Amino acid sequence: MAECCATETKLIYACSGASDVGEIADRVARKLRDEGIAQMTCLAGVGAGLSGYVQSAKGTNINITIDGCKTACAKKTLERIGVKPTSYILTGFGLVKGETPVTDKIITEIAGKIKSTIGTPAVLEQLVAGGCSCGGKC
Amino acid sequence: MKIEILGTGCVKCNKLEDMVKLAIRETGIEAEIGHVHDIKKIMEYGVMTTPALVIDGEVKAAGKIPPLEEIKKLLGSK
Repeated sequence: MAECCATETKLIYACSGASDVGEIADRVARKLRDEGIAQMTCLAGVGAGLSGYVQSAKGTNINITIDGCKTACAKKTLERIGVKPTSYILTGFGLVKGETPVTDKIITEIAGKIKSTIGTPAVLEQLVAGGCSCGGKC
Repeated sequence: MKIEILGTGCVKCNKLEDMVKLAIRETGIEAEIGHVHDIKKIMEYGVMTTPALVIDGEVKAAGKIPPLEEIKKLLGSK
């Protein structure tokens, strides 16, 4: 759902690739969305150059990408439009592409690891002026 | 030129509309301005954060109020 006047908007994108780790990336992103950690939006919309998706990425405080493997399609898709995302690559968490079963246990574990880092100083440093800057008053 | 402000009615959304009207007055551009409050219609643009500025169907800015001079440039780029 579109967010109005948030002081800190987070958008999350998954590579949703064809491999097992791509599927896990997608499901982790959806889980984080369902838990209210970030708003999930469509990487394909950014890749297609659709103005609403592109401008939303550019106008958002924190963009989070979850990629299954180091090819990092989601991260690179945002970088192409000049946006530097907070990037998570699942093979960096020890998952092996082509050899990882897509299970609820793994999805929950990975989502937990990502949640534990979102909001850390390193991520908050990426906050930029933007949003509607209303300080939650409007 | 058709200009739409996307926003559910918050202060910042209304401020963007005021600034766009000012930019139109100062540039003398002829434009029709509309304000889209319906969240479902806003989502149809792929916009995830408001306020957003749409010119002739293309989203030019989202999640922020561009400075007046930038708004004028956006209007003039059409």
